[in-house]
Amino acid sequence: MNKIPENTELKKWYSDQFDSFENKLNGGADTYFHQIRKKAISRFGEIDFPHQKNEDWKYTNISPVLKYNFKPASVLSETKIEDSLIENAFISEVECCSFVFVNGRLHSSKTNFPEGVTAGSLSEIMKKNPELVKQHIASLSENDNSFSALNAAFSEDGFVLLIDKNIQLEKPIQVLFLTGSDTENLLAAPRNLIVAGKNSSAEIIFNYRGFGSKVYLNSSVTEVFADDASNITLYNLQEENDDSFHIEKLQAHQTASSNFTHFSFTLGGKIIRNDINTKLSGENSASHLWGLYLGKNEQLIDHHTFIDHSVPHCESNELFKGILDDNSRGVFNGKILVQKDAQKTNAFQSNKAVLLNKNAKIDTKPQLEIYADDVKCTHGAAIGRLDDTAYFYIRSRGIPADVAKSMQIRAFATDVVEKIEIDELKEIINHKIFEHLRRVEVVNE
Amino acid sequence: MSDDMKVVEDLTQSEYKWGFTSNVEADEAPKGLNEDIIRFISAKKNEPEWMLEWRLKAYKYWLTMEEPHWAKSKYPPIDYQATKYYSAPKKMPKLNSLQEADPELIKTFEKLGIPLEEQKHLAGVAVDTVFDSVSVSTTFKETLAEKGIIFCPISEAIEKHPDLFKKYLGSVVPPTDNYFAALNSAVFTDGSFAYIPKGVRCPMELSTYFRINAQNTGQFERTLLIADEGSYVSYLEGCTAPMRDENQLHAAVVELVILDNAEIKYSTVQNWFPGDKDGKGGIYNFVTKRAACRGRNSKVSWTQVETGSAITWKYPSCILQGDNSVGEFYSVAVTNNFQQADTGTKMIHLGKNTRSTIISKGISAGKSDNSYRGLVKVNKNADGARNFSQCDSMLMGDKCGAHTFPYIEIDNDTAIVEHEATTSKVGEDQIFYLNQRGISTEDAVNMIVNGFCKEVFNKLPMEFAVEAQKLLAVSLEGSVG
Repeated sequence: MNKIPENTELKKWYSDQFDSFENKLNGGADTYFHQIRKKAISRFGEIDFPHQKNEDWKYTNISPVLKYNFKPASVLSETKIEDSLIENAFISEVECCSFVFVNGRLHSSKTNFPEGVTAGSLSEIMKKNPELVKQHIASLSENDNSFSALNAAFSEDGFVLLIDKNIQLEKPIQVLFLTGSDTENLLAAPRNLIVAGKNSSAEIIFNYRGFGSKVYLNSSVTEVFADDASNITLYNLQEENDDSFHIEKLQAHQTASSNFTHFSFTLGGKIIRNDINTKLSGENSASHLWGLYLGKNEQLIDHHTFIDHSVPHCESNELFKGILDDNSRGVFNGKILVQKDAQKTNAFQSNKAVLLNKNAKIDTKPQLEIYADDVKCTHGAAIGRLDDTAYFYIRSRGIPADVAKSMQIRAFATDVVEKIEIDELKEIINHKIFEHLRRVEVVNE
Repeated sequence: MSDDMKVVEDLTQSEYKWGFTSNVEADEAPKGLNEDIIRFISAKKNEPEWMLEWRLKAYKYWLTMEEPHWAKSKYPPIDYQATKYYSAPKKMPKLNSLQEADPELIKTFEKLGIPLEEQKHLAGVAVDTVFDSVSVSTTFKETLAEKGIIFCPISEAIEKHPDLFKKYLGSVVPPTDNYFAALNSAVFTDGSFAYIPKGVRCPMELSTYFRINAQNTGQFERTLLIADEGSYVSYLEGCTAPMRDENQLHAAVVELVILDNAEIKYSTVQNWFPGDKDGKGGIYNFVTKRAACRGRNSKVSWTQVETGSAITWKYPSCILQGDNSVGEFYSVAVTNNFQQADTGTKMIHLGKNTRSTIISKGISAGKSDNSYRGLVKVNKNADGARNFSQCDSMLMGDKCGAHTFPYIEIDNDTAIVEHEATTSKVGEDQIFYLNQRGISTEDAVNMIVNGFCKEVFNKLPMEFAVEAQKLLAVSLEGSVG
């Protein structure tokens, strides 16, 4: 292993950026939110960027990310953007309330919420009624690595959803995060917060898309609080620009009988790191983490999940499937912790990957840490190529090679796609897999 | 449940049965480690100059290294200067038969249940017994010699087969491999050496018993087995150690070299003193075991039953270099009281069509921690590699921990790798079922646990399978709820 690089200049760059950000705030510098930022930047100064000697970053070399001096979007003025860009990126098939964030700032919204729901821009809510979010914001996500610290330091805006108790949102909410620029290497730092009151429910679609010609880094942090008997589903569709970076952290906290479902669909980006962490701290709560990643070119897709069972009678399910082509690399690290008192826990985890190309690579590390005896925990990992006998069978029925292959891959992905509860979204994802496969066939056949 | 708990308690509190100390005068090096100690060891062993050089080189490298702490175990810092690195029984007359041996020694063996004389005639096992650091008795040498098999203490191998020894020493586990391997390379005092010539099938199971005796003596064995083309050998290694208060350091190195069409089956039963029920004492077992399947169609099979030691840090690994080579790892690790075991394997697939199987059963009871840590790596050119891994854990009581850390690194699209892990407890319904068949809870638990481990025990040679089951029962007596 090489010596750990210190990145002193890069760290100085970001701390200078923070100074100009502070100047720009012009009076807003003594707010509660800014105290969080200050803490984050000082933490950022203390720690090094993650390197491969960190167990959590063992397989993910982020040095390409460190080659750029990203300019925090919050330092710059608002980005002008063509409406057509938004139209193209927006998932219009799903009927929903919607928010569009451009480079981390709220751009526009279309809402129709019942009373008791507060949704919108973090910065506006912070200005108007900071008490609403104060107790939640930054209370879950710690600045445990340089990227989450950068997010906290430079975040200015983000999506906030607060639902009062007993409110069931019927329509899903779509949040489009557009990131990019033709002139600057941007750092976008959306900071999102979802707080679901007792017995409430909501479906949210996070749609990450890129534009522009410059390489950017989207470092996003989302905190989710699911109160007793609430039911939250979060779809995360990530299609950043192929040359850009996406580093995301989701931290959920669940209390009794709550249900949290997270879908992660990873299609775009060059280096993608998703941390999905949930803590089950109320009895009878359940977490479901589903993931599908399609790797191509030189992509590196890293998923880290951590499920913390701290009380009895909870359940967690995880299924992550990867389809890796070209020189792409997949990393999956799933950790399940069952604490001493968390008896009667059921925790299931599975990671499956197919390699379509001899240059594709996968590193996986499912991990169980168990301190309670009356539990059922399993994890499984399977890696292989498409089944030759199944292929032969399909071919012997007169089905052409490309169709056969695509059938096999789609069948592989079905386990995850079928779990989507919004039919229109299911179709869109299926279509995207199909699009992805079309290019696979062009390359391979 | 309360009945079960009582049984558990009785069982957990059963004392270490093999704890005793025999009074054999030892010829010892002073405490501490420095170049002079290494020269002392080397001189004591009448080693040639190159061997000393090799040791010193390893020592110098060791000084630059840091003790690893990534394993899931906690222990007070080891004072390497407070350990004695050489201790040999003083009376070492040249023996023609066992009767001439130190009666104290014979007694120890008897307590250990190694019927040397009987084994000679009945069991057909050649035993190279290591008592502390010097091999005192070797049997069946003549029978083996007829076949051209060399089986001797490693110090004898240095003297009599220097070319063979030199060629393979450190070729699988180089002295620079890791902290404890480097330490071992510098100070190893004895161990076994075996060479199976081309096309020979070793007619008996080779076996050694290690025993740590003199107080404060770390034991640093080194085992080197070479299976030449087309040969086969089954090697047994079993250990018991007397009860001690102070932690004893044990850092062994085992190297296996397997050439074309050859096979080595290596079985271990490890039952060193695990510390008492308050976590006091016990052996620190930091072992580097590795097999290199150098040849085509070569095969290695590790089977281990780990019930002892306060801390285990052990990953018998297979480097599957030759095409079509096969690596197997079958393990039962039992921890009780304050034991900490971090064990597993590495399967490194380099050759084409290489296959590996991992079956690991971890049982934790008391306040112990039991971790499986393994790596399956398929290299870019290892076409057609196949791996199946299964790691099952069983927990008894709510104060222990069971953990799995499987690393899977796949760099070839033709590889098929499967990994499964489950965690469970002894089912109340299972116990109930057996109870109503008139079987006591304790026996029921033993049956269930033995069933849980059956897959691994089936891989053990007869002699060991019996002992392993007994050991399991002793280790877990009552700890099942």
